[in-house]
Amino acid sequence: MNPLNLVLKAENISKQYRLGQIGTGTLSHDLKRWIYSVRGKEDPFLRIGDENDRTKKSGTDYVWALKDVNFDVQQGDVLGIIGKNGAGKSTLLKLLSRVTAPTTGNIKIRGRIAALLEVGTGFHPELTGRENIFLNGAILGMRKHEIKTKLDAIIAFSGCEKYIDTPVKRYSSGMLVRLGFAVAAHLDPEILIVDEVLAVGDAEFQDKCIRKMKDVSGEGRTVLFVSHNMASMKALCKRGFLMEKGQIVYQGSMQQTIENYLATAKKANHSGEIPENASSINTGIVKFRKIVLHDQTRAAISSINYLDPIHLFFELEALHDLHDSIVDVRINTMDGLELVHAMNKYSAQPVNGKLMKGVNQVACKIENKLQPGRYSLTVGVHELNGLTMEYVENILDFSILTVASGDENGFIYNFQMGHVRFESTWKIENPN
Amino acid sequence: MENQKNWDVIISPRSSWFDFRFKELWSHRDLLLLFVKRDFVSLYKQTILGPVWFFVQPIFTTIIFTVVFAGFAGMSTDNAPHVLFYLGGLTLWNYFADCLTKTSETFIQNQAIFGKVYFPRLIVPLSVIVSNLLKLLLQFLLFFAVWIYFYVAKPSSVSPNATVFLLPVLIAVMAGLSLGFGIIFSSLTTKYRDMKFLLQFGVQLMMYASSVVIPLSQVPEKYQWVMKLNPVVPVIEAFKFGFLGSGQFEATDLLYSIIFTVTIILSGTLIFNRVERSFMDTV
Repeated sequence: MNPLNLVLKAENISKQYRLGQIGTGTLSHDLKRWIYSVRGKEDPFLRIGDENDRTKKSGTDYVWALKDVNFDVQQGDVLGIIGKNGAGKSTLLKLLSRVTAPTTGNIKIRGRIAALLEVGTGFHPELTGRENIFLNGAILGMRKHEIKTKLDAIIAFSGCEKYIDTPVKRYSSGMLVRLGFAVAAHLDPEILIVDEVLAVGDAEFQDKCIRKMKDVSGEGRTVLFVSHNMASMKALCKRGFLMEKGQIVYQGSMQQTIENYLATAKKANHSGEIPENASSINTGIVKFRKIVLHDQTRAAISSINYLDPIHLFFELEALHDLHDSIVDVRINTMDGLELVHAMNKYSAQPVNGKLMKGVNQVACKIENKLQPGRYSLTVGVHELNGLTMEYVENILDFSILTVASGDENGFIYNFQMGHVRFESTWKIENPN
Repeated sequence: MENQKNWDVIISPRSSWFDFRFKELWSHRDLLLLFVKRDFVSLYKQTILGPVWFFVQPIFTTIIFTVVFAGFAGMSTDNAPHVLFYLGGLTLWNYFADCLTKTSETFIQNQAIFGKVYFPRLIVPLSVIVSNLLKLLLQFLLFFAVWIYFYVAKPSSVSPNATVFLLPVLIAVMAGLSLGFGIIFSSLTTKYRDMKFLLQFGVQLMMYASSVVIPLSQVPEKYQWVMKLNPVVPVIEAFKFGFLGSGQFEATDLLYSIIFTVTIILSGTLIFNRVERSFMDTV
């Protein structure tokens, strides 16, 4: 590592927050702090504080949103920061963007830094689009002459030419976002910090944003991204940090960071046992005992990579032998729309639904064309004439992730585009 | 391995006390002007009278003061025309009061922006001072017009003197005082909202102790020093003395105001710089 190429260095940064209301207790704590500092002692409240875990009730009034975080960023690094909600990502960005100061530690920065924690910060509803471009640009740290030279490009990028001299209070929310992003996209800082701002606008605009971000990071600029969309992070970033409970628990390639992150997120949190009373129809002949969603290594999971096949495993208990039956799996959207209906008898290689008395093991692999989102499984066993013997509705929920396995790009958008993906091929003939 | 000087910015838990960062402020001067423009352009949008509103408030307050204080209560205005006496005092006082109330809301009113972007926070109160300066200019033109009328129609009633040329100094002192007090209050309000209420009625009461309504000469001699502790008093007295020839003007009093202003700005900036670093956590 060449220390001269270092553009950002975080040394032991921590951030402590006070929980609950700021009120009557504040004054006494402030006084105590002051008395300690006058006597030259350490802040008494810095020694206490829980690690950041929002699911547990805290014992003290103080919590460490970040604890002893160290990292270096080199010139030209395109870095992705991922982690669950509450892992400290936003706090880290707030410190880097100087919105608030760390409780301990130092951050050293070389070059101009611009943080994009929001698009359209400081837009004034009464001012026109043009006036707001200047205002927002200046807030983000641009000089007036700089904005002037980029004005045409910004207006063109926003696609709001027609309304540029209309007060922005008449804009649709989409237009506001476009205008805001257009200004931000034309910032030229040496270090750019971007927080989830790609998660806005329609498909066309998101495409535009992601392309722009790719351009920006391709120019040798240093960029730090935070996003929940693993696919877009994978497409944009080279290096990654994984944060957990206010600490960086992994630093490495973006691909590996995402895999580490998903390994914990994917892990199924149930055994797959089906409770006795779960069936909505049951004639007492067969019963589902267990249903497990698993990956190729047969480890139980609760989410599946984009376009990876769906592997299911069942235990079906039959009270007597059935020489043939129909076992089926339905995949529904969370609002109940049935998208997929897979059956043992009606597939490329039909399988006889023979079930013997006792516990039968059934494995099933379903091709996956589902778009990212949350889905629910319904399973059933029927006689050949269609009479239902066992039917368990919405017994298992799972997610399709945006990130794809291997080097695939995944689904880089932040909104639903249909429920199912069908491949399409295109040909466009231009007039000469 | 690396030299501290190699870094452009070092973000640390606390800033040193005497770190005014003028360079950073200067580099954000465009932002200051854009804020001024925003405040000015947006203030009277969708109103019929527009900037005429700038004149409505001082005119009506002056009429009421003239009727109530000079008329009913028969209070002295140091032999100056009632209207000019009140209008002059109000013009300056309103500048101070408006700047003070507005700058004291700096952190509370701008949470949304401050929570997302960093720029020297002092830009916001400074822009308030400047945009109110434009308003003061317009209101002063009103005062000046009325003053010309009296000067021409009743020359004996006003006797201007060279103190008039101190006007820029007087305005600067008013601006400095309101900025200093404003940023101190805004810093305290981030934690203790009580300050907001204190300021609200404090400003109203202060007007009566600032020789806007009651001239210094009407205060018993042995208590005048108490009133002169208020750094606004010498400024308003000097203003009236210069334009109207009424009231009393002593250079030492004005000097006291100037020293007071410098002190309050320095200490205000120090407190402000400390608070701005982490006010987002407490606001």
